[in-house]
Amino acid sequence: MLDKLELPERHYLNNGHGLKSWLLTKDHKRIAIMYLISISAMFMLGGFFAAGVRLELMTPRGDLFLADTYNKFFTMHGIVMVFFFLIPSTPAVLGNFLLPLMIGAKDLAFPRLNLLSLYLFWIGIVFFFYALFSGGIDTGWTFYTPFSAAVSNTNVVPVALGVFIAGFSSILTGLNFIVTIHRMRAPGLTWFRLPLFVWAHYATSLIQVLGTPVIAITIVMLFTERAFGFGIFDPTRGGDPVLFQHLFWFYSHPAVYLMILPAMGVISEVLSTFSRKTIFGYSFVAFSSLAIAVFGFIVWAHHLFVAGISTYSAMVFSFLSFSVAIPSAVKMFNWTATLYKGTISFEAPMLYVYGFFGLFLVGGLTGLFLATLGIDVHVHDTYFVVAHFHYVMVGGAIMGYLGGLHFWWPKITGRMYSEFLSRISAIMVFVGFNLTFFPQFILGYMGMPRRYHAYPDEFQVLNVMSSGGSVVLGIGYLLPVIYFLWSLKHGAVAGPNPWVASGLEWQTASPPPTENFVETPHVHGEPYEYTPHVAREANLV
Amino acid sequence: MSDAVAPAEVHGQAVHHPKLQHHFETMEQQKEASTLGMWVFLLTEVLFFGGLFMAYLLYRVWYFDAFAEASRDLDIQLGTFNTVVLIGSSLTMALGVRAAQTDERKKTVFWLVATIILGLVFLVVKGFEYEHKFAVGHVPGPNFHSDSPYAAQEQIFFSLYFTMTGLHALHMVVGVGLMSVITWMAAKGRFSARYYTPVEMAGLYWHFVDLVWIYLFPLLYLVERHN
Amino acid sequence: MGSFGIPLFPEQASTFAQDIDALYLFIVAVSAFFALGVSVAVVVFGIIYRRRHEGEIGARIEGNLPLELIWSIIPTMIAMVMFGWGASAFYHVRTPPKEAMSVYAVGKQWMWKFQHLEGQREINELHVPVGRAVKVIITSEDVIHSLFFPAFRTKIDAIPGRYTQLWFEASKVGRYHIFCAEYCGTNHSAMIGWVTVMEPADYQAWLSGGGIEGTLVERGERLFQDLACGSCHLDTGRGRGPSLKEIVGTQVALANGSTALVDEGYLRESIINSQAKIVEGFQPLMPAFQGLISEDNLVALVEYVKSQSPSATTTAAAAPTAPPNPPPPGKRN
Repeated sequence: MLDKLELPERHYLNNGHGLKSWLLTKDHKRIAIMYLISISAMFMLGGFFAAGVRLELMTPRGDLFLADTYNKFFTMHGIVMVFFFLIPSTPAVLGNFLLPLMIGAKDLAFPRLNLLSLYLFWIGIVFFFYALFSGGIDTGWTFYTPFSAAVSNTNVVPVALGVFIAGFSSILTGLNFIVTIHRMRAPGLTWFRLPLFVWAHYATSLIQVLGTPVIAITIVMLFTERAFGFGIFDPTRGGDPVLFQHLFWFYSHPAVYLMILPAMGVISEVLSTFSRKTIFGYSFVAFSSLAIAVFGFIVWAHHLFVAGISTYSAMVFSFLSFSVAIPSAVKMFNWTATLYKGTISFEAPMLYVYGFFGLFLVGGLTGLFLATLGIDVHVHDTYFVVAHFHYVMVGGAIMGYLGGLHFWWPKITGRMYSEFLSRISAIMVFVGFNLTFFPQFILGYMGMPRRYHAYPDEFQVLNVMSSGGSVVLGIGYLLPVIYFLWSLKHGAVAGPNPWVASGLEWQTASPPPTENFVETPHVHGEPYEYTPHVAREANLV
Repeated sequence: MSDAVAPAEVHGQAVHHPKLQHHFETMEQQKEASTLGMWVFLLTEVLFFGGLFMAYLLYRVWYFDAFAEASRDLDIQLGTFNTVVLIGSSLTMALGVRAAQTDERKKTVFWLVATIILGLVFLVVKGFEYEHKFAVGHVPGPNFHSDSPYAAQEQIFFSLYFTMTGLHALHMVVGVGLMSVITWMAAKGRFSARYYTPVEMAGLYWHFVDLVWIYLFPLLYLVERHN
Repeated sequence: MGSFGIPLFPEQASTFAQDIDALYLFIVAVSAFFALGVSVAVVVFGIIYRRRHEGEIGARIEGNLPLELIWSIIPTMIAMVMFGWGASAFYHVRTPPKEAMSVYAVGKQWMWKFQHLEGQREINELHVPVGRAVKVIITSEDVIHSLFFPAFRTKIDAIPGRYTQLWFEASKVGRYHIFCAEYCGTNHSAMIGWVTVMEPADYQAWLSGGGIEGTLVERGERLFQDLACGSCHLDTGRGRGPSLKEIVGTQVALANGSTALVDEGYLRESIINSQAKIVEGFQPLMPAFQGLISEDNLVALVEYVKSQSPSATTTAAAAPTAPPNPPPPGKRN
């Protein structure tokens, strides 16, 4: 191995000091860091609400919080985690930091717009906190009308505005990525030489740009009903509350793919690096990202199978929902095949990838149950659904996000974290996650509905298991905070390419200079090239 | 899409235009990025209004009679006048972009100011229309008043009317603000035949907002006028 | 059912329950096969191909088209089996048989109100006979609720402003949970109750024990008179409103040129939002009863009007293949 590594003299972190140099920066890397801090804080807040929910559900009687308090807890858990953590997580932090580096550009196409996205995100958070401190909100993160529009007496309007504004942050990030990927690639970097992380973000950006405006307008309509007494969804005036659900899920179903696709991009990068092998079926993995994004837009009504939609439209949407399972399966098989004849090593990022495999398999396969009409009628709105989407959105998306964070942490900060603690954390997250959420599948099939403050006694055993597991999970999520912070001062210097990875981002210093590359790189080879030549260059042989 | 890499000879160009931002290689790349970005933004806007059009479509099919009745309460003369004004403003906008392209500063400013004035005329007329709606109680909500047998569903029509035209008007206000900045920049001589991207982008936005109105006018004012 | 003290399945108390559980177990088996297959492969590769010394590089394998095709097509075929099985089960669950007996349900924050045709009214309790198809017609007075019978493996949302329906045939005498499955505010988790499945004889005995206000039709008739509906809706058809004789189950021509199927949903809309679908040849004179009549009374009125069409069975309203909701464009019920 290399010895006597030193941090570069000038890099993006020491190029300017003081708060102003951060708040007015146009550097995508600094903006990514600010996103990282913001969403980490929001993740803690969302985790706090989750802890409250799990604590309440230890006993069947609903004796810890009042029903209203409990309802606010799960609502705010959902809103914080979905809109202020999961949706920005991988794209706004890792995507922002890495896209320009991976394509050999100096920055995103619109650096000022990128900063504006961050500010919009913050303004959205401010609206949410305003609502939180004036009593919270109890509509569930789905804001179903007429409850949200006419009945709930909590802070729907400020939260709706917060989500609306944060939505524009997401749209502008997507727009920036699309233009960057189209127009800013380094010489020689053709579309099929792009890292799969970039492909995944391209698909993600399509969803952000095409889906988010629809939820924005839906929230506007809800807002007019709540604030001005308009009645687009009001059943007493002939309005249709189910229309709200259609419009809501037209975005919010693709939003699930918006969360998982970037994580899948991370998986491809990490997997290739830690097996020192090109991704099996590169173009199938790339196109399956696009297929997921496109199919994701035509399956929304599977959230409405018991909302009185006609039997035949339910069948059409069931059929289409199965179609989205295929590209996900294709990805999974290609990743498995990538391991074949690789040289696999198990540092923390790779452990997260293995964790992702386990959790995403369960999450994806349980999606088949929900797409199957006859079963959905029974498990709809039960804990089965809760378990399923946590497996995908938390198991899949956060495993990918954390894996990516561990993978690129040396690139972002220039330093290594504790290998031992990070492995412990990855294992704890995996075990704790399964303990927490697997029992919920059984609870759901038993018939326990979601969003229940109190429940019949026979569900207690499984609920206690779930709450117990969440403790392990919580510690697993907290550990990285400790060793990442520790690494900032005391971590070993990483050097430009500690994992011997093949991407362009590893060819510049860690941390990179503000302009990313001293000289614009020219790309000649294919992606994920591990030839003896590359190995020699990395001082391996 | 074509490869983003600029041809070698452009790459080797020695002179850097002062408007070229540091992270772009060439003016062409910068302009292509802006144009693509604007189109993607407009795509987002289409989906944004799309949700409203979806709601409109559903309720118009369900409550056609109520929509026809409520539509007849809108002032078709003012609506037509505003339509003409907006189409006119698209023309002045196009002329403004053309003038910027051919590097005629005074002409550019003139056409941009004309566009702003037409935009303001539209907004003022719209304001009078709104005021009338308030006066006769056609604003949905507890104070809604209608003698028609379809009073309940008319509220849905007017909810959509106010949301759609209100959002459109908001886009107009943003457009006028944008145009004012562009006009000021044009007057200061910030643009040239080689760099007029902001004028062109503002033009795209303005045409889009016009186009939305071209849909809104028949959908809201002309539901069933023949009887 | 369960094992090691952990419950795994709710009771099977309807004719669907076994079918749905069989489908569930089928998908569990398929999922387990794929999950285990991939997990084993991933772990075994991880062991066999673990990096043994620092300089190693993986084999250069870019892909394999036949493999890609195989693992696209086989899952697609398996998925289609799941789809077909699920869809046919769903069709069965969503299509009440003609001879099903009707019960009306109204959800409101935070209770379930059930009304039997014979006049019994219950709150958070529902009594049904074993071995007989029961159709529950549902609406809501305020927000969206969802009526969920885990032991019967079925549920449907209660949506304000429209009727939805579900059906089941209970197969086992006993008491089973009723849950509200759609979040509806503060006491959502208290919006629960019990469905009691009884032997037919016990059910008859239970029926005869209640109904001080008479049957649902009788209550509807009294309302019909109190609200003076009969002063316009003359049986001759010459009144200011159309005759209500023998209309249920027919297609009626509307003033705007379209037609509408007369069912519970149409009758409901024609009362509370009377201008929405005017019958051809009549003026829009009837006041709208939106907000003036409770959902419970509305149900009684609808049932009374249905009783005026004796040739249609009590449940003829919904044609067997007609989807419960929403209707095709132009025919909102």
